[in-house]
Order: sequence, then C-alpha cells, then structure tokens
Amino acid sequence: MNLSTTRRGFAPAVAVASIALVLAACGSGDPVTSGNDPIETSEPTETSANGGGTTTPPPEDGPAELSGTIKVDGSSTVFPLTSVAAELFRQEHPDVRIPVGESGTGGGFEKFCVGETAISDASRPIDPEEAKICKKNDVTYDEFSIANDGITVVVNPAVDFVSCITTDELQKIWDKGSEVDSWNDVNPDWPDEEISLYGPGTDSGTFDFFTEAINGEEGISRTDYQSSENDNVIVQGVSGDENAMGYFGYSYYAENQDSLKALEVDGGEGCVAPAPETVQGGEYSPLGRQLFIYPSQAELQKPEVQAFVEFYIQNIDSVVEKAGFIPLNEQQKQELEQKFQQLTSG
Amino acid sequence: MSASTTEVATSAARPFDVATGRAHDRSPKERAFRVMLLACLAVGIFFLGVLLTRVLVDGWSRLDSQLFTEQASAILPETAGAQAAILGSIYLMGLTAMFCLPTGVLAAIYLEEYADPTKRVNRLIELNIQNLAAVPSVVYGILGLGILARGFGFGFGLITGALTLSLLVLPVIIIASREAIRAVPDSIRQGSLALGATRWQTVQRQVLPAAVPGIATGSILALSRAIGEAAPLVILGVAAFVPFNPESLTDPFTALPIVIYRSASEPSADFRILSSAIIVVLLAVLLLMNTAAILIRNRFQKRW
Repeated sequence: MNLSTTRRGFAPAVAVASIALVLAACGSGDPVTSGNDPIETSEPTETSANGGGTTTPPPEDGPAELSGTIKVDGSSTVFPLTSVAAELFRQEHPDVRIPVGESGTGGGFEKFCVGETAISDASRPIDPEEAKICKKNDVTYDEFSIANDGITVVVNPAVDFVSCITTDELQKIWDKGSEVDSWNDVNPDWPDEEISLYGPGTDSGTFDFFTEAINGEEGISRTDYQSSENDNVIVQGVSGDENAMGYFGYSYYAENQDSLKALEVDGGEGCVAPAPETVQGGEYSPLGRQLFIYPSQAELQKPEVQAFVEFYIQNIDSVVEKAGFIPLNEQQKQELEQKFQQLTSG
Repeated sequence: MSASTTEVATSAARPFDVATGRAHDRSPKERAFRVMLLACLAVGIFFLGVLLTRVLVDGWSRLDSQLFTEQASAILPETAGAQAAILGSIYLMGLTAMFCLPTGVLAAIYLEEYADPTKRVNRLIELNIQNLAAVPSVVYGILGLGILARGFGFGFGLITGALTLSLLVLPVIIIASREAIRAVPDSIRQGSLALGATRWQTVQRQVLPAAVPGIATGSILALSRAIGEAAPLVILGVAAFVPFNPESLTDPFTALPIVIYRSASEPSADFRILSSAIIVVLLAVLLLMNTAAILIRNRFQKRW
C-alpha cells in the first residue's frame, strides 16, 4: 500500500475518468470537429444563410440607438413567446440585451415584486398574495394579455372508445383522493382497462390552472400519477402507453398531433375540441386560458423597456405564430393596444 | 481499486502475481469474484455507452461549427448555437477555480499542517467540512440567492454564480487536498525540519510539490462537478435565453446545463436535437477536464 497512498483517495474517481476517456476514444473520433465537414453543414445552412437572420423587414431606424439590459423572468409556458419577441427586437436594436428566464410564474413574481426583474411572464393572473408583496416594495405594474392557450387533455391514439370527456368525468379522474383505476370506473360504457395518468408537476402554472378549473381549487389533485416538469416527458409517456391520459399546453399537442389524440371537452355546453378557433372564441371552456406579461411601471419609464413592450405588442401576431401559440382574437388585440396607448400617453 | 491496479501494472509487476500463488486464482470462488468485479465494471460502462450513443445519434446533425459561432435563437433552432452558454460555462469555471482553489488548498494546509487535531474547535471544523460536502447542491443555490445575490447585493451576474459554485465545491476540494497532503510521508517533513527549514518552508518546498498530483486531480474532478450543476443556477434564476456573451462580472449569463434543460423541454423536435448536441459539448468539456486531471497526476507523480 505504501506504493500508492497518494492515489488511494482518488482511485474511484480516476477509474470513472479513465473509463470515460477510453469510451471517448472509441466512440467516434472527435465529434466536435467532424461536424465541420461540408456534408454535415450543408443542410442547416439551407434554411438560413446567416444563422440568426430571418426575413423580417429591415430595421426602421428609431430616433436614438437604444441600449441597456431588460431582465425578464417568469412562466416557462410564456418563455417561448418572450424569447421570440426578444430575438426579433434584438434584430432591430442589437445593443439591448434581454435575458429571459423561466423560474415559473410564481418564481418570476417573487423576483419581480422585489424589483429584480423588469418584466414578469405569467401563465395566470397575479394572485393577491403576490400583489401584496409587490405593493409592499412599491413595485407597480401593468398586465397585458398576449396570447391564448388551451390546456389540452390527450390520450393515446389507441384509446378509441372516447372522443369527448365532460369536466365532471375529468374531475372524477383527477380529483384529490380519486379512486379511478380503470376507464370503466369513470364511465360504465368504457372498457375495464387500467388507466395510466400523466401530468405536470406542482410547480407548473398549467397544474395550477387545470386543478382550479377542473377540481375547483388550485393545487387540489390526486398525486398518484406520473408527473414531470418537462412536458415532453408527458408527451412521450402518453404516446408510449396504450391506456394513457395526460394534459399540457396546446403547443405540445400541436407539435405531436401524430402520436396523440386530443379529447374534446364538455364543460356543460357540448363537446368542444381544443383548436385555435375555439380557444380564441372562448368556447373551449373551462380549459382555455390567457398568457400574460407584467411590465413594471418604473421600468417602463426607460426608453428601451418601453420600446420593447411596444414592439412586443405591435408584433404580437408574428411572435405568437413563431412560438406556436394561439393568437389573440381581434377584440383582445384591440384591447391590448388601447391599454398600452393609454399607458404611454398618460 | 481497479485504476491503481492497472496503473501499477505499467510500471511494475502486478502485486497479485508476485504475492499470491497461481493455484488460488483457479479456485471457483476466486473466479466468481472476478466475474462479479467485471460485471460491476460492465454495468457502469454499459450505461455510459448507451448515454453517449444516444446523445451522439440525436445530436449528430447539429454538431457543427454553428453551435460555437452562433447565439441562441428562439425562432430558428435548426441553426441556433450556444455560444453564450459555452462562454458562460467557461467563465464560470475559471472564476470558480480562482475563488475556490486558493481557499480550499490553504484551508487544507492549515488543517493538516498547522491545526492541532486534538482541539475541539478543529475537530468541529473538520466534521462540518465533511458534512458540507454532502449537502445537496440546491441548498447552495438557496444560500447563493439569499446571502450572495440579495444579502450582499452581488446581483445575479457571473460573480454570484461563480461564488455559489465555489461554495459548493470548496468542501470537496478541501477534503481532496487534505488527503493528498496527508499522503506525503512524514519523513520528508522531518527531514526538512531537521535541516533547519521553517514550517512554512517545509510546506512550500516539500509538502505542496509532493501533493500537487492529488490536489490537482481532486480539484479538477470537483470543478467537473460544478460545470455540470444546474440546480443551484436554476435557484439563482439564471436566464435560459441569453443571446449575448457576458462582458463583465455582473452581466447576466447562462450556462450549458441551463440551456440543455430548457431546450430539452421545448415542444419542437429541433430544440431537442440542439439539446443533445449541447450535451455532447458539455460531455466533451468534462472529458477534457478529466483527461487534464489524469495527465497532471501522471506528470507530477512522485514515489517514495
């Protein structure tokens, strides 16, 4: 042992390192540089010649070159929207830096209400507790509704005996203490097959909204289901399990229509399928929701923040389309613009 | 122990070949034990292999130079890069190393060479360091958020991230450095002191150089842990979409694990491919760091 005392403590760690090394050596040369060969790169360059460049109109020169940092944090559902807006805005104002975080709606407000962020993304309206903290710290804000979303209840395509589900049935399945184990327990017409459930974790705004809309109280839900903060895990779970049901935001269904079946939801006024039109029109109830941004009024005094929010609102259609969400309807859009104009003129 | 066995084999005869009779190797128990050892090794390698193959296959089409030259994009994941995240992680590592290496090594020197192990205070410190090494990383994130970012007002820039990660790996570095220092034979110290060297001269000229391989290996492995950490950064609220490079210590930044986590949860498949490609980059960085650890160890290895 006196030969290798120095190494004793590190032996396991070094073992791992050397295994990794051996594997790297045999696991295909140097993956990083080999990507440089022309065959590899030719495909992605086709889509766009110069990387980040899109075919947006040339920058309309503002009065003065804007600069600064606008911190945005909040809902991970709204994250794709705000990051698209930030990217488009940056094409016109390259000196404005907009980092976008995804601490969740609640986590975002926690930072926003102590003045650490300029804009908060939210997949539900601010709740009274949060508003109180904002008030205590003299953070005033405005609420802009920027897009529609429909929480989509999906099943595996193999589930062919149901195409429409009532909110009562949903509650029966998802309520706290629910003892539904098979489809048969929900509706006697359905087969006696085990039902496997997938849903978002408790930190998610989607979870908050769904539990409130279906079970009547935010956060009340059965807990013995497969939960994940990553909606793709739910997508994979439901598409790989013949008796599965799950729920998440509409864009995850839109991207995975081939491997999932969306259920129509009957909230008391007939079956309504989740679709851009039904969500926009408000018929997809009670699972249709709006997504929000909350800019701080103090921050809105800064020209770059005001310019960004204005840009966000004026280009809301293309932002929503690029992020794969359901756009606002005409009335909502008018309200949004009016609200912003009142704010900036007053 | 497998590493040190193979290591020895290159320079000298296998200890077992010398020490034990061949006859014992053929007993069924001996063979069964060998098979068991190999099976354990195979499990580790198998899963690492599966992981590597998967991310390589998934991310292959995006492992191109754009990954390094382009910034993140929310609109065009097909051509988006991760330059800010790669740079962010590198800066983060550099700063973390700057903060925690001197502190950790000096603390280890104190505990090993100066502190009186029979004193209660020192035993308490020792126990605490060992416990801290086992504290989950999320807790350090909360500490960083509450004390560094808000309490001390360091904000949410690189410096806070690096200090938080430093706190996270500091106990590991102290423990590793202590092991290395302890492994330096006492005869060396006594020889040095007998020749009239002071305590500090002994540490500086004899003990530290002899302990370098151990300290370096331990520190680099600790830093490798830090570079892959997402949890404390998530708690700190490190932004996931940062299409610009950090320019100062207080600038907002992002890091590889954060970007991987975010792009893996995007609905569109292009983001998930990008995520796999970034995982490969992170793994490559980790392998490089581990290689460096092995090289340093072999280069400075001393035998008595």
